[in-house]
Amino acid sequence: MAFIKQFGAYLPSRIVSNEEMGAKVGCDADWIVNVSGIEQRRFADEETVVDLATRAAEDCLGRANIKATDLGMILLATSSAERRFPGPAVMVANRLGLHSVPCLDIPMASAGSLFGMVLASKLASTYGNILVIGAEKMSSVILREPMERGVAILFGDGAGACLITHDKGPARIIDSMIESDGAFAEDLCLEFDQPLKMNGRTVILQASRKIPRAIERILSQNGRKAKEIDIFLMHQANQNLIVRVAKALGVAEEKFYSNIRQYGNTSSASMLIAASEWWQSVGFRPGLPVCFATFGAGFHWGALLAEGVA
Amino acid sequence: MDKRAKLLEIIRQVSNPDANPQPDESLFESGLLDSFALPDMVTAIEAGFGIKIPDSDLNPRKFDSIERIESYLEDHT
Repeated sequence: MAFIKQFGAYLPSRIVSNEEMGAKVGCDADWIVNVSGIEQRRFADEETVVDLATRAAEDCLGRANIKATDLGMILLATSSAERRFPGPAVMVANRLGLHSVPCLDIPMASAGSLFGMVLASKLASTYGNILVIGAEKMSSVILREPMERGVAILFGDGAGACLITHDKGPARIIDSMIESDGAFAEDLCLEFDQPLKMNGRTVILQASRKIPRAIERILSQNGRKAKEIDIFLMHQANQNLIVRVAKALGVAEEKFYSNIRQYGNTSSASMLIAASEWWQSVGFRPGLPVCFATFGAGFHWGALLAEGVA
Repeated sequence: MDKRAKLLEIIRQVSNPDANPQPDESLFESGLLDSFALPDMVTAIEAGFGIKIPDSDLNPRKFDSIERIESYLEDHT
């Protein structure tokens, strides 16, 4: 059995408005809101993925009131690492003063933090406290020339973290499912030193099917119904997609936590940033289930069901 | 109702009630379908023609025009 002990997040301070972004790519600020629901995003001008990840890790550990030396493993999901190897996970460990804790990078866009949570829930009985981090500096990707308007407007920078433990925590992880399919790998990909390539129609078409189905499956496996879920914490890809998933499940849009207006799509960081914000405003309540869900390049997708404990 | 008329009705449902695309006209390039109307159209095709379209066939190119959709339906119904 595994528990969620705490979340944390870090957002860089520089706010990039739709007016500023629109001027870069040649579009109106209102158009950006209409197609994505995004009003602004954050850019980490000087900070690196490791910087963002370390700040989120420190926030999470501080809130959990545990020392870095109590960690048994670090998993770090990112699609925007600055180099091929070593990846940022071990660099974050070094910043935290850890020199023998095993670290694993998950080079996965958008879905990475949920895959990390699922892996951590399976490994916690062996490794104890596992810190899952999702950190992205998407500005380093989307500002590459030639910038594509439909892609550049969507993304922002940030990091989120989640502490998963074999010991007690405010939420028990009930079940999870993750799946992958490489048949559409070319429809959303990032080659080294190239602009991000995205076939938005394929991505939305696949995500519109796979996310609700993953959620329905995890709920059905555990005898739950969508209307019983306290909150859905989903990858913040696009507000229109979030609304579509809510509609497919037959639940109110308000049941899906959303912060995409402020931060844009922060890829593998987004779900954990959303979870951290929700935790600080509401948080797990005893007996109430919470559902996490994600979808990203690969394609990779999945869902995780947790429940607040007394 | 024949297949083409039924398809046209679906396209009008998910896009514009006055839409009247040519059989070979791109539904995307003409602006009739955007990324979010496409899943609605696919779901409506499944319901309207009593078929289940597998994820492996969810390629926008297969649904880019009335002729392409008709071709897909001929192969799968």
